[in-house]
Amino acid sequence: MSYLKIDHVDKTFTRGAQATEVLADITVGIEKGEYVSIIGHSGCGKSTLLNIVAGLTPVTAGGVLLENKEVNDPGPDRAVVFQNHSLLPWLTVYENVRLAVDKVFSATKARRERHAWTMHNLELVQMAHAKDQRPMEISGGMKQRVGLARALAMEPKVLLLDEPFGALDALTRAHLQDSVMAIHAQLKNTVLMITHDVDEAVLLSDRIVMMTNGPAARIGEMLTVPLARPRRRLELAADPAYIKSRQRVIEFLYARHKAPALQAAE
Amino acid sequence: MNMPMLKAEAVAAIPVRSAGADVVRLKVPTSGSVLSRVLPALSSVAVRVIPPLVTLALLLLFWQLLCNRPGSTLPAPTKIWTEARDLIVDPFFVAGPQDIGLGWRVLTSLQRVAIGYGLAGVIGIMLGTIIGQSVWAMRGLDPIFQVLRTISPLAWLPISLAAFRDSQPSAIFVIFITSVWPIIINTAVGIRNIPQDYRNVALVLRLNPIEFFTKIMVPSAAPFIFTGLRIGIGLSWLAIVAAEMLTGGVGIGFFIWDAWNSSRIPDIVVALVYIGGVGFVLDRLVALTATVVTRGTSAN
Repeated sequence: MSYLKIDHVDKTFTRGAQATEVLADITVGIEKGEYVSIIGHSGCGKSTLLNIVAGLTPVTAGGVLLENKEVNDPGPDRAVVFQNHSLLPWLTVYENVRLAVDKVFSATKARRERHAWTMHNLELVQMAHAKDQRPMEISGGMKQRVGLARALAMEPKVLLLDEPFGALDALTRAHLQDSVMAIHAQLKNTVLMITHDVDEAVLLSDRIVMMTNGPAARIGEMLTVPLARPRRRLELAADPAYIKSRQRVIEFLYARHKAPALQAAE
Repeated sequence: MNMPMLKAEAVAAIPVRSAGADVVRLKVPTSGSVLSRVLPALSSVAVRVIPPLVTLALLLLFWQLLCNRPGSTLPAPTKIWTEARDLIVDPFFVAGPQDIGLGWRVLTSLQRVAIGYGLAGVIGIMLGTIIGQSVWAMRGLDPIFQVLRTISPLAWLPISLAAFRDSQPSAIFVIFITSVWPIIINTAVGIRNIPQDYRNVALVLRLNPIEFFTKIMVPSAAPFIFTGLRIGIGLSWLAIVAAEMLTGGVGIGFFIWDAWNSSRIPDIVVALVYIGGVGFVLDRLVALTATVVTRGTSAN
């Protein structure tokens, strides 16, 4: 039995009399320490799937099991790094992380330990230098780092990344991807990431889950990325296994399951 | 937002051509003398202070010309100065139980406003928070509030007298009922506008309702709440004259009523200036508190 299991999940949104089936019979198992990406065209429901795992959206049928226990509501054991960082603008960088630390470890860690743990996580994402700044005073990439620190500080069983680099420029994104790889290598987190970037998926993941287009999106294919870790961006660019994995994802996304808008254009 | 002013010498760049290489050297801006730093600051103050002073002088002149004719119904500025001089030069004299400076009267009125507005603030924020949480409460109550908030303080007066049968609580009620609506409505809107992102953060962190209220709701809605508070303080000060018509005693509102009954028009003009000045200061105080408290909140 997998560590995290998304078990035959269906999701239908109803508005008045109109019902839209978004996800149909999604089953994914994720092992402990595994890095799994979900890729698909925008609008296919991959963010809905992540929200279901996070407990922010209820399922219509099926369920999510973490360590063989069903999870229905949100909690710090499934910390989310949101696409738009979602830092609280009235708190400093330190206070944003500290809020999570105080909440999760109020019973188990003393005040001094909680401070040390907050600083430790800020150092992990290289943001300790900006601890007294407010979110509006730092760049987009830095905000995402703080969001990551906040999630890591909860010591989640599963780290959920909702297109965490989607709003960043290419250079900042690459930098942040390297940071995430380094942290994953160090902490061995179980990660579920939503992305629409093929290179990002291949570079970071152990396994890529490819989703078909909605409505009623399902899992089209799963690909295990046969690349040893640590992975280096530069060396991989010419690696045959990397190129092959990349090709398979591109083929899936652009040949067999084209975006609805692209199909219409032809 | 004030942008720092560009120093004149920073703009002047002098290219220097050194032998053999194309190096353009820019002159490093040196921090100028004290005078060169003080002068721009002084001029920026002058730019803001001089125009209103000129306007004021022109208005006074116009007023003087208009009301200086024989048979004029309103007193000219010079007449006000000669007749109400004691009120203008010394706000805090005490010459008898009813013959005191306008400063004392303003303080008495402020005390009344403080109670009425304080109540309006507490109850308004509480009600607004509850209403903002529920779509149905908003739909049901908002139209009623929108109608009630347009009723003038004077109109509330008889109702409040009938209800309380005592002048002191009625006066406070009039101030309260005048200023509470914008606080309720703005707080409710602020609570409704809490971004889903912040709610999601609260859900993932499993904040309990009290933590959610203090850590997410209040800071997130603070800019809206302060808008309501700022409109509210203006309205409660507007209500003071109406409220004090029935309480009597030493308030600035009653002073106007009293001066009218004994035909001391120059005194009324001085009192009006006091009311305007105090109202302006109150508004600025709430605005200042807002910028200090909501620092960083509104920008995202």
